[in-house]
Amino acid sequence: MTERKVLAEFPYELKPVEKGYNRRTLYINLSTKAIESRPVTDLMIDKFVGGKGFDLYLMWHSVKDTTRWNDPENEICIAFGPLCGNTNYPGSGKSIVTTISPLTDIPIDCNVGGHFGPYAKFSGWDAIEIQGKSEEEIIVFIDGDKGIVQILSAPDEEINSHILAERLIAEFADNPNGYQYVSVVSSGKAAEYVPISCLNFSFWDKRRKVARLKQAGRGGTGMVFRDKKIKALVVKYSGLKGDTNHPVDLETLQKTGIKLHKEIEEGDDKQNRMRQVGTAHLVEIMNDYDLLPIKNFKYGQMEEAKGLASWEFKKLFTQGLPDGCWFGCSLSCCKAVDNFIPRTGPYKGQKVTVDGPEYETVGGCGSNLCIWNARDVVELNFYCDTYGIDTISFGTSCAFAMECYEYGILNKERTGGLDLSWGNADSVFELIHQMGRGEGFGVIVGQGVHKMKEIFAREYGADPKLLQDIGMEAKGLEYSQYMSKESLAQQGGYTLALKGPQHDEAWLIFMDMVNNQIPTFEDKAEALHYFPMFRTWFGLQGLCKLPWNDIEPANNAETDEPAKVPEHVQNYIDIYTAITGRPLDKEELIRQSERVYNFQKVFCMRMGKGRRIDDIPPYRAVGPVTEEEYLSRQERYDKLLKEKQGIDPEGKSTQEKMALLRAYREDQYQQLVDAVYKRKGWTKEGIPTIEHLKSLGMDLPEVVEVVKRFL
Amino acid sequence: MKKFLNTYDEDCIACHACEISCARIYFKVDDLERSRIRIEEREKSAHIVACNQCETCVQVCPTLALTVNAQGVVLVNNRLCVGCYMCIAACPNESMFRYLGGIIPIKCIACGLCLDSCPTEAIRIEEKQEN
Repeated sequence: MTERKVLAEFPYELKPVEKGYNRRTLYINLSTKAIESRPVTDLMIDKFVGGKGFDLYLMWHSVKDTTRWNDPENEICIAFGPLCGNTNYPGSGKSIVTTISPLTDIPIDCNVGGHFGPYAKFSGWDAIEIQGKSEEEIIVFIDGDKGIVQILSAPDEEINSHILAERLIAEFADNPNGYQYVSVVSSGKAAEYVPISCLNFSFWDKRRKVARLKQAGRGGTGMVFRDKKIKALVVKYSGLKGDTNHPVDLETLQKTGIKLHKEIEEGDDKQNRMRQVGTAHLVEIMNDYDLLPIKNFKYGQMEEAKGLASWEFKKLFTQGLPDGCWFGCSLSCCKAVDNFIPRTGPYKGQKVTVDGPEYETVGGCGSNLCIWNARDVVELNFYCDTYGIDTISFGTSCAFAMECYEYGILNKERTGGLDLSWGNADSVFELIHQMGRGEGFGVIVGQGVHKMKEIFAREYGADPKLLQDIGMEAKGLEYSQYMSKESLAQQGGYTLALKGPQHDEAWLIFMDMVNNQIPTFEDKAEALHYFPMFRTWFGLQGLCKLPWNDIEPANNAETDEPAKVPEHVQNYIDIYTAITGRPLDKEELIRQSERVYNFQKVFCMRMGKGRRIDDIPPYRAVGPVTEEEYLSRQERYDKLLKEKQGIDPEGKSTQEKMALLRAYREDQYQQLVDAVYKRKGWTKEGIPTIEHLKSLGMDLPEVVEVVKRFL
Repeated sequence: MKKFLNTYDEDCIACHACEISCARIYFKVDDLERSRIRIEEREKSAHIVACNQCETCVQVCPTLALTVNAQGVVLVNNRLCVGCYMCIAACPNESMFRYLGGIIPIKCIACGLCLDSCPTEAIRIEEKQEN
């Protein structure tokens, strides 16, 4: 047992949650060791709802305009939302993490599963706000059974999550039967060295008898965590029941939950097979539609991708277990590979349980690098998690480095002897272990694409224009793993996303490219208004997006707007009112999100981004950068030149055709931005107008003051 | 061998006496929603719904609150149950129930205390081979 000193202690009164809220937040300052309970005001609930809304509100009032990720006033906020923790409706256990990102310098937000969020909420807190920096390694312990928050010394040698989480669960649980009542937030050794880092949120898997890990993946939360010298956050809460969230209408909540459980029971095997393979079911679909990123997003389809198809992962995932990351999630998508034995690194030869891989990890650590062996992807997934590395940024960053190696920008001399040819899994393993050790070229790759572009231009004389075209980042964040070249709407979905190019604001490729349901700029702009707002709502409530449209009612296709899954939207309205007692309809649902979305936009402006220039994609996300890319899909691009631009491709060189296509596509993108800004109530420069903020009721003095600087 | 309540729809006259008996024994009320056995009145005949101890629900319970005793009967551990009702949706013969105001699901535990209430012997405690 590790010897721990109590550095600070804060006893608090235990009170039941009422209608989804505790009406207080927990503030911890690691510099001063202050621990406080702070009230949740009516304004916070009315304007910011909860979850990401509370996070951003708390952060706004704690950071300065000049705050960067490693300044002591930067915060890690973790909030839960009024619907979080109910055990009745699938996908209700999410925490939302925000911080000023070391990759983007603006707020990043991550939606993460595991038991920490619900247990912290039921321990008495609607959000946890951690500010300051500790001088020594610490653990924060929230004892939701006794009503005590402690800052404890953490002389633990272990940092890596798959070991640390289990040790802390064993240490803080009353006995082995109590392991399920403890959850840990931790990062890993790599988060001390590279910003493409993440946090792991644990849940104790009673059947496997291991700590499972879910990731707050994007934007470098792990590096902020370790910079504050936090080894872990630990929560203990053993009082969970089916009504701990104290809803006003348990009956409706239960009935709506059972309805969705039954829909999943009947439909999942025929639809997405989430219970069998999780989101990995997407791999073969994306490959079929030329959307699976391959060789740093050059191509979307390769025969070799069958090595990463869902049936390969199904062989590895243990089947038939209720793999929900929170109780009551019958969609059960968080699959795991049990008894996996890594072939490299410090845990080589040891049996481990690996969470996932999910689709994004297969794309990032597999196809994008031309690694076609499913077991290698599982191993990269394992090391990313335990070292505290984001699999998406890791994949996109490695893919960028490999393409630079292909062009001779990098060579063995510059990589410290590593051959970064496509598909060289051994070199990719070495990169990840270097990140874990804080040495070698791995640390350069771990800086992310944005910083690599600067380094390669400055140190190696690489052409900055080429690096800009092939470096798959915007705002400093790496793209997630879908090809957007042939979907203008998705180019917007990615690049207009407030935090950076992540697919959680909008995924419109099928609506746009495959089904042609949003042909005009106005149609696309409407979709790029509605879906980001609708999806923002999950983060306000503490919900997961997947049970919205990864299972659909049997008659969904016959509804007016199948892409919105109207019956499930109504479910959300019903459970919101059932828990909070507050009225809601589908218009007000969107407005709840719109208030917070615009607040986040202004927050980005305040921190120095949020400008139109920050919403520009690298050309690789829009069209073919290289001749080989054009020629690989020549028929498609020639046809587009003829049909869309009225240009006869005959007799023109590939370079000429590429230039014409590029001019057209870049212009189309700018027209899209005009249309989207207009629909969102923003100026041509992307600034929310005062009138629009007033119409939303978000003309708060501090918000207006920032906006006025830009008008 | 596995103990279970076998049902004979063809003998059932839908008098609901078994439901009343069950609700009185376990909840001390006459509310049929509290019964662990349910009689559905269909157009041509009645249908008796009671757990056949198939254990499908045991597999889906996320907290291991559903266990099988030495006689093969599935029991709900109230201390561990978090009321998610995944068992209700997974039950192939819809014999795991919720009731108004309740949190823990209820099911037949083959206690046999309802047998005497049935005038036609449409319900019988029997044994069968393990699943």
